[in-house]
Amino acid sequence: MRSARTLRRGLAVFGVLVGLWLVVPTLIVVPISFSGEDSFAFPPSSWSLRHYTTFFTESSWLTSLLVSLQLALIVTVVATVLGTMAAFALARTSFVGKGTVDGLFLAPLIVPGIVVAVAMYAAFLGWGLVGTPVGFVAAHSVLALPFVTVNVTAALAGFDRTLERAAAGLGASSFTTFRSVTFPLIRPGILAGALFAFVTSFDEVVVSLFIQSPNLQTLPVRMFNSVTNEVDPTIAAASTVVLVISTALLGLASISRRNRRHA
Amino acid sequence: MPETPNAPGAPAGASIEAEALTKVYKGSALPAVDAVDLTIHAGEFMTLLGPSGSGKTTTLNMIAGFEEVTSGRILLDGDDIARLPPYRRNLGMVFQNYALFPHMTAAENIAFPLRQRKVGRPEIDRRVREALELVHLGEHADRMPTQLSGGQQQRVALARAVVFAPRALLLDEPLGALDKKLRESLQLEIARLHTELGITFVFVTHDQEEALALSDRIAVFRDGRIEQVGTPAELYERPVSRFVATFLGDSNVFAGTVRDGRLDTGWCSLTTGTAGASAAGTGPAALVVRPENLRLGVAADPGANTLSATVTDVVYQGAFRRVLVRFDGGGAGQVRDTAGTGGAVAAGDRVEVGWAAEAGVLVPDDEPAATPEPEPAAAR
Repeated sequence: MRSARTLRRGLAVFGVLVGLWLVVPTLIVVPISFSGEDSFAFPPSSWSLRHYTTFFTESSWLTSLLVSLQLALIVTVVATVLGTMAAFALARTSFVGKGTVDGLFLAPLIVPGIVVAVAMYAAFLGWGLVGTPVGFVAAHSVLALPFVTVNVTAALAGFDRTLERAAAGLGASSFTTFRSVTFPLIRPGILAGALFAFVTSFDEVVVSLFIQSPNLQTLPVRMFNSVTNEVDPTIAAASTVVLVISTALLGLASISRRNRRHA
Repeated sequence: MPETPNAPGAPAGASIEAEALTKVYKGSALPAVDAVDLTIHAGEFMTLLGPSGSGKTTTLNMIAGFEEVTSGRILLDGDDIARLPPYRRNLGMVFQNYALFPHMTAAENIAFPLRQRKVGRPEIDRRVREALELVHLGEHADRMPTQLSGGQQQRVALARAVVFAPRALLLDEPLGALDKKLRESLQLEIARLHTELGITFVFVTHDQEEALALSDRIAVFRDGRIEQVGTPAELYERPVSRFVATFLGDSNVFAGTVRDGRLDTGWCSLTTGTAGASAAGTGPAALVVRPENLRLGVAADPGANTLSATVTDVVYQGAFRRVLVRFDGGGAGQVRDTAGTGGAVAAGDRVEVGWAAEAGVLVPDDEPAATPEPEPAAAR
């Protein structure tokens, strides 16, 4: 009894330590972003909001934030629509080689990011897509698509197709059945996929570094360039903004998925 | 979609006819449903009964429109509906797993078919309330399906399936997911609904007790074909095959060969009586005797059959005793003893088992010669 309790306590302490190890280095940027100095000194010796003021007033930072938000929104729409349609196709049809196609949809998750980036850069050079909005949307959509298909496929797997028969038997056309039965019931999965897609694009740095242009830089690229060229603590404020947005959205996604399980 | 208000005097139910209805699944050599002909009269309670894989559910799904017809016709009051999509057939459907929309309340579920038919709000409210009253769930209108018990969910499903006044209701093993007590109470509910609504019911089940209790007529399916159609009494008392005899109710089966009006089983010779004799003709045949027609003790009737046997077990069932015996020479049998004559017997006793000749039904032997053990009722 006693040794079991000791073991449980030991495990709890260990778990907390690992958790701290995972998040503390990340959270260090939060106090630094409120520093009053022009350095990364931790802990800061004085406090201020000046880095946030710089971030939200200097046009190069603000522009890249807006670029990232716009890009992430467009990618979310493109990846969610395409990914949902693909999930339906994969979940509801069978054809020769379907297993291979299933695997291809996961490829962007498995292939090393740097390889994807080099390959896209090479391809985009030829097509004249480097540094263009279309190029960014195309590249990020590829990376975001698997998150949508995985989430929607899971939602469809838990969806009882008898409900579609029931709706049809009660007089609903295929479209009405989708709109009033299928869609509302898989919506949590689609929503989770959409949030993941948004965050994937919003956080993406490797591919974006390759296909950036001086006029078109996403926020992570702007941050990377900033940290390599100068020591500007504004980057801590930028990091905190990215951290808050991403965490909030992924938190939403996890709530959405939990609701699906309880539905 | 036009509704069919039940004008007084007009028959409320539709007739359904299957003509050479066939379903062959892709990649399968054997048809799942093989040229089935079946006429379901207007307002009738027709049960499609059979073991799993016999084609009964596929037939129902073709009537509902959920399975494409490979060939053949389905006539609803004379109109071929075989190529119509399900949402144009205007048939009510109840599923084994209820299939209630989990994101809608009971009332919203019931309103669903009315909304598809563009019924006005006040009219929807009124009819949903009536439908809920019909299944005694008036107070549960605003519950979500997950807040209802299995029996209540199936009642909501029944209300939803009849609220738009369909002319036929299709039920696919609707009681299969419920426990025995609930099953019996919902059986009564379904029988009452059939009487009150007067529409045609097509009921699929593999439970022979359910079929006998509810149906006007039963179609027994086997291997994609209909083996026999008839009233419960006809099927029980005059089965046309050994399959039907053993599928519906318990039976004692004596397999053998017919010669000169007698059945030679190889270990005894039995008087066949007249029932079914012409159908069986000569050759391999089986004599079917229901357990309640067997008597313990020597039968006095000169035309009767009497066999010596050893009691293997006596099972007390309340209203009767099930006396299991093994006949001298071969074969197991069972006697349903209500008279109490079996009260004295116990396992190991030597007994005489007899029956009047006309109690036996002679059927063609369509099954392998394995000695059938008495089947447990409603095996599942």
